This record gives sequence, structure tokens and C-alpha cells, in this order.
Amino acid sequence: MSEVYVIGAGETKFGELWDRSLRELAVEAGLKAIEDAGIYSRDIGILYGSNSLGAGISYQNDVGSLIADFAGIAVEHTPAVRVEASTASGGAAVREAYLAIKSGEYDVAVVGGVEKLTEVYGSEILDLTSTLLDSEWEAFFGATPAALAAMTARRYLDDFHVSREIMAMISVNDHSNASLNPDAQYRNKLTVQGVLDSVSVAEPLTMMDCSPLSDGAAAVVLASEEFMKKMKIEGVRIVSSEISQDYLALHSRKSVYEFESAKIASRKALEKAGIKNDDISFVELHDSFSIYGLIELEDLGFAEKGNAKSLVENNEIRLDGSIPVNPSGGLKAKGNPYGATGVGQFVEAYLQFKNRADKRQIKDVRYGMLHSMAGSGSTSVVHILGGE
Amino acid sequence: MGELSRIWRESDHRYRLIGHVCRNCNTVYFPPRDICPTCHRDSVGKMEEIQLSGKGSIFSYTVVHDAPPAFRRQRPYIIALIKLDEGPTLTAQIVDTKPENVSSGKRVHAVFRKIREDGSGGILQYGYKFVIDEPPKA
Repeated sequence: MSEVYVIGAGETKFGELWDRSLRELAVEAGLKAIEDAGIYSRDIGILYGSNSLGAGISYQNDVGSLIADFAGIAVEHTPAVRVEASTASGGAAVREAYLAIKSGEYDVAVVGGVEKLTEVYGSEILDLTSTLLDSEWEAFFGATPAALAAMTARRYLDDFHVSREIMAMISVNDHSNASLNPDAQYRNKLTVQGVLDSVSVAEPLTMMDCSPLSDGAAAVVLASEEFMKKMKIEGVRIVSSEISQDYLALHSRKSVYEFESAKIASRKALEKAGIKNDDISFVELHDSFSIYGLIELEDLGFAEKGNAKSLVENNEIRLDGSIPVNPSGGLKAKGNPYGATGVGQFVEAYLQFKNRADKRQIKDVRYGMLHSMAGSGSTSVVHILGGE
Repeated sequence: MGELSRIWRESDHRYRLIGHVCRNCNTVYFPPRDICPTCHRDSVGKMEEIQLSGKGSIFSYTVVHDAPPAFRRQRPYIIALIKLDEGPTLTAQIVDTKPENVSSGKRVHAVFRKIREDGSGGILQYGYKFVIDEPPKA
């Protein structure tokens, strides 16, 4: 079994990219990643396209073939498939690529994640994003992704005596980091008061607690150790890759504020890596809603249940803290183009390990943890990178 | 969103709150499911329909302001997680009250209401919503 390395990464700017199509975005990100790796299309063994809502939004399925076609590699008949796991599509696609190389079947795999969420106008996008819920028993009755997060937030804040302001700090931190990331959708600084004063989406969540609608694409090139050495490239090792599931609907779960999928995937990933949370230099977590940032800090093992507030209060989640959270700007401020989100986390990690993260560079990076999650926790994918 | 068969086949569950009970471990489920997550294969053939009382209490709730098109005319509306007395928790609207009257722990009961309509020409879809119980007379 080969070790697996990230040998190249690239992404488009995330944002409202009205003049760019699904395929253009995917090709731009893919080309950047391939150029970054210094490989040629003939080197690619398999391509994974990560996309969640392309059929509903852009009337486009088979995004794997679409990307391969417009990346100009259809002529080489390179295998290409789409991976869909809701908002965890990105992490799940990278994991498929990881397994493909680990198995020895391929030497090089490219993952391209892409989404265009701004293609649909007004509230109609909620019909599509709500398909990520249990369509018959949650969305049918008027629940939305934000409504579920809001019900979780209400119980969490009440039961653990966490202030509204602490929850807002997750968004504030994302914006602060995103201000240093040229690819981020929102580079403006945000204040706690700004979060509280924003328009209500689903009480107690305001618009500034919720990740935006984003377009964007991200791509990474994964390779076997053998290929990497042959090409004389210095990659970043994927130390472990884990995925876990939970009930699809929030109302069926054991707890509304415990993401068991995140707990299990992260615990296994740490075990396989042979490290502890203290060894992690930064985490990119799936804070599609500010409340999820708090809960994930706990379920990924950085704080006891109900106690993420102390990390936030003591500024430990900032770039210079003990566990920097979302140096990229996270889902709130870098943006959340579903299929690209989890792949974009790898782009950020790659830049951090390569000391190419410019003003948001974290010092002495040893290990990074990436968490990609579907909806309100039905799937979690956790990767640990670094070591050696 | 308004395909007739998709709506029609859930009528019993949504109109009358018919759930499932696993006759292997006697756990009650709603929404219905064909395999018990506790008993797995041992539950096959032992999942029976059961009429739920529609009584329960509010576990958590939110007031939705940003709503999908089929619910725009209802904005803002209250969505809650309701723990039924028989055990399962479901997601439903709370109606006939104001948000300030809603709090976790309050007793509620199911009522039959229109849930949504798909545009001006689409079919009307019905099911359960919940209302807060009247306080007992002193």
C-alpha cells in the first residue's frame, strides 16, 4: 500500500461569479492544480468530480465527464466520476482519490470540486439546499438547513449557558482570516455586534451566522509516493482519511448538538495518525452555521462538550492561538460552494504546509485536520495531513 | 415538488400520524421505517403500524424568516422538534400562537392543516402541525 501525497492544489476565487459557468470554474481550478503539481494530463489516472446540486441548479449531471471533457482529456479516455455526499462531497471525493491511490490501482488522481449556488434567484435556492435534508419528513414541513441549525443552537446555548456573543465569534474569526485570503468571498472584517444586528434568518441565527451562497471551484492532485519521488516533487502527506455517518434527519439523532459522525471520523483519523489533538497545528472545520463551529470544536476533540466557549473566549481559535480555526476564512467568509468547499480545505492546508499562505501563514505547521460535513451532520469526512 | 404519488403515498402517516413499532423491542418510530435500527435483521417482518396520540412536548424551536417558495406566504413561521409521548421526535410547525408563547418543554398536540401549496396552480398538501395545549383550568 502506497502512502498518498497532495502534490498540487488550485482554486478559483469563491463568490458570486455570475460571468463564470460550472465548467469554466472547474477547468480553471483543475488547471491551476495540475500546473502547480507540474504534471501533464497524460499522468492522470483517474478524475473525481465533486458536486452536490449541479442537476437542480445548472441542469447538469455527470459532472465528472463534464470536467474531463472541458479539461481536454476526454481524448485520453481518463476515467472520471462524480462524487456526491451533500455538503461533504469535497471531503468524500478526496477520500475516494486517496483510496484509489492507496490501493495501488492508480499513481495520480485529480479531484475537482465545483458548485454554482448563485445561479438560482431568490428563495428558490432554498428548495434545492433543503433537498440535503430528509425531503419527506423535514423539508416537506418547512424546515431548512438554517432552521435545523437554529434549533440546535437554541438548545446548545441554553443547556451549556453559552452566550449569543460567543457563537458570533465563530463568524468574526472566519471574516478576520478571510480578510487575508485573496480567494475568499468576503474579505471585510466583522464585529460581534455586526452579527447580532444582521437580519434574522431562523432565530436565533442571523444572516451573519450563516455561510453565504457561493460559486467556486477547487482542485487537488494526489499521487503515490513512488510517483512523487520519480517526479522529484515534495508533496504533503495525507496521514489518515476517515468517513462516518449518522441519521439523515436531525430529529432521529441521539443528540441535536453532538455530531457523532464527526466524533467517530476524527477519533479514528487521530488514532490512525498516532497523534493527539494537541499535535494539530490548525483545523479547517465545516462551519456552515456559526453554531456548528462551536459543536465541531468539541466533537473533533479540541474541547469537552459544552466547553468550546473557553477556546473562543481565550482567543485560542485565532491564527496565533493554540488551535487556529479556519485560517482560510472558513465557510462563512471564504465561502461555501458545496462541492468545492471540502476540496478548498485541502488547498488551504497545502498552502499552509508549503509556507505559501502569505499573511495568514501559521508558524511551524506539523499536522492539519480537515473536516467536511454533510448538512446537519449526516456525513463527516476527516483528513489529517502533515507529519514527518 | 408536487408529484401526486409522492404526496399521496404518505397520506396515512401525515394525516393520521401512523408510525411504526418494532415488535421485537417495542420501540416506536416516526416517521415510519421498515427496519429497526436497534434490532436490524431481527425486526424484519415485525414492524407494525401504530396510531400515535399526537401528544408531546417542544424540544426546541425556531422562527423561520428565510423560507422556501412554498412557505413564503406563511412567513415568519415556527418550526419545532417535538418529542412525542410514545418516544419519537419529529419536525413540524407550531401554529395558532405567537413566537413569544413558545418555549422548550411546553405541551403540544397535533392538528390537521394545510402544509404547503406549490404555486397558484399546484396541489395543496396537507399534514400535521402542532398547537400548544390550553393550560388546565384552575
